Amino acid sequence: MSQKITVKLNDQVVKKTGRQEKKRAVFETNQLNLWYSDTHALKDINLSIKEKEVTAVIGPSGCGKSTYIKTLNRMVELVPGVRTTGEIKYKNRNILDRNFRVEDLRTQVGMVFQKPNPFPKSIYENIAYGPKIHGIKNKKILDEIVEKSLRGAYIWDEVKDRLNENAYGLSGGQQQRLCIARCLAVEPDVILMDEPTSALDPKSTLRIEELVQELREDYSIVIVTHNMQQAARISDKTAFFLNGEVIEFDETDKIFTNPKDSRTEDYISGRFG
Amino acid sequence: MRYVDEAVVEKRMKSRVRNNSILKFIFLLSTLFGLIVLAVLLVRVFSQGIAWLDWDFITGRLSTDPARAGIMGAILGTSWLMLVVIPVTLFIGVGTAIYLELYAKPGRFQNFIATNISNLAGVPSIVYGLLGLTIFVRALDFGNVVLAGGLTLSLLVLPIVIVAAQESIRAVPNFLSEASYGMGATKWQTVKKIILPAALPGILTGSILALSRAIGETAPLTVIGIPALLIPFPGGLFDTFTALPMQIYYWTLDASLVAEYAYLAAATIIVLLVLLFLLNSVAIFIRNKFQQRY
Repeated sequence: MSQKITVKLNDQVVKKTGRQEKKRAVFETNQLNLWYSDTHALKDINLSIKEKEVTAVIGPSGCGKSTYIKTLNRMVELVPGVRTTGEIKYKNRNILDRNFRVEDLRTQVGMVFQKPNPFPKSIYENIAYGPKIHGIKNKKILDEIVEKSLRGAYIWDEVKDRLNENAYGLSGGQQQRLCIARCLAVEPDVILMDEPTSALDPKSTLRIEELVQELREDYSIVIVTHNMQQAARISDKTAFFLNGEVIEFDETDKIFTNPKDSRTEDYISGRFG
Repeated sequence: MRYVDEAVVEKRMKSRVRNNSILKFIFLLSTLFGLIVLAVLLVRVFSQGIAWLDWDFITGRLSTDPARAGIMGAILGTSWLMLVVIPVTLFIGVGTAIYLELYAKPGRFQNFIATNISNLAGVPSIVYGLLGLTIFVRALDFGNVVLAGGLTLSLLVLPIVIVAAQESIRAVPNFLSEASYGMGATKWQTVKKIILPAALPGILTGSILALSRAIGETAPLTVIGIPALLIPFPGGLFDTFTALPMQIYYWTLDASLVAEYAYLAAATIIVLLVLLFLLNSVAIFIRNKFQQRY
C-alpha cells in the first residue's frame, strides 16, 4: 500500500520535473535581507521562482512569508522604516533598484490580498479600474476586458446580470474571485496571493483553489498559505520559511513526503506552528 | 474556598443599584441643562424678533429708522464672504491634509506641523482678526473689503478644515489604497479615484461645520473695520461690506439709543439661525447620501 503511494508520487515528481526543465525563472532572489526598523525580518533569502508554476510559501506566523511576497511587488515599502539588501531579479532586472519604477513592477506583478478588498464601486468599475489607470478609455475595449477577466476568474455567470451593482453586495468568496478578476484585468505575468482563502469558508476556498489550478496555465503564481493541505494540493514548489529564513525549498511532493530538514517535518506534521 | 462571598455581594448590591440610579439622574440633568438654555434662547429671540421679520426686512437696505431698516446688504455681504471662504479653505485645507497624510514622510517635521495646526485651531478669533488687519487690510492694502474679510475668516477656519480632512482621509481603510497601488496605480491616481471619493463625505461635513463657524464670527470682522452703517449693497470682492453677525452686534450696541434696534437684532439672529440650520442640514444630507460601505 505505502509502496504504491510512493510510486505514484514519484511519477508525479518525474512528470513535474520534466516540465520544469523548460521553464525560465521569473524571480531570482539572491541574498535578500530585509529589516523593519531594527527587526531583521528576512535573512539571506535565495529562491528561484519559475514561470507558470504555483509556488507555495508556508511557515508559522511571523516567519516572514508575507513580507517576502510583498517584497516581490515592493508593497512592503508602504511600511515605514523598511530597508533591504541583496537583489530580486525579475526578468533579469533588479526590482529593488531605486530606478525600477514600482508602478511598472506592480502592473506586471499583480496581488490578491488576505481579506477580499473590492473598491466600494460597481462590479464593472472594480474590474475596469486597472485598465483605466493604465490609460484605456475605449468603452468597447473596457467591456471586453471586464468580461474576459470575470470569465477568467470563473465568476462571470454569477455577476453578468448585475455588473452595475456594488461589489460589496457579493459574498466573501465571490468578492475574492472578483479581486482575482480585477488583478487579471491588468494582464500581469505573476500573481501574488497572500493567504487568499484565510477569510473564506471551505466551499469558497475550494473554488479559489480550483481557480488557481486553472490560472497556472497562463500565470506564475506565488501563494502564501497557512493551510498545509492547501499547499500540498495546489502547488508545484513549496518554500518553508522559519524565523525569516528559507529552511527548505523544493518540489511540493518532496517537501510533504520526504523533507530534508527535521524542522520542515515538524512543521508539516503539526508539531509546531 | 470561594472568592465571591454571597453575603457581601448581597450587602453591597443595594448601594450599587442606588448609585446607578443617582448617576443616571445626574447625566439626564446635564443633558437637560443644554436643552433648556437652547429653548430659552430660541423663545426669547423669536418672541422679540418674529414680529419684525417680514419680506421688506429681509430685502430692504439699512437705515437708521427701525421701521425702514432691512438686512439685504448684510445677507449679500455674508454670501460674498462665503464665496471667498469656501474655495480658499477647501483647496488649501484638503491640499494640506492630502500632503500631510499621504505624501509627507512620517517623522518630526510632520508631527511638528500637525501639532501646530491643532494649536492654531484653538487660537482666539480676534487674533486672526489682527492678523487679517495686518496682512490683508494694511500690508496688501486691500482695505476693509470682502476679499480681506473672506481671507481672514478662511485663516480662522482653515485649521478646522485641515483636521477634519485629515481625519476623513485617515479613516479610509488601507486595504483600499493597497488594492490600487497593487495594480500599478500612482499615488495621485489612488488619491483621486479611491481615497478622496471615500473621504469626501467626511471632508464636506467638516468643511460645512467650519463654514457655519465662519458665518457666525464677529470679532475678526470688527477688528478689520466693518462700517456700522452701510447703505449700498456689496457687488464684488473689492467692495466694502457688512455681514449678518456684524449687524447683530451693531444693533445690540445701539439698542440703548433706539430701543427697537434690539428687535431688529433679534430678527437678524433668526435669519442667521435659519441659515446655519440649512447649512447643517446640507452637511447631514451629504454625509448620508455619499457614505460608502465597505
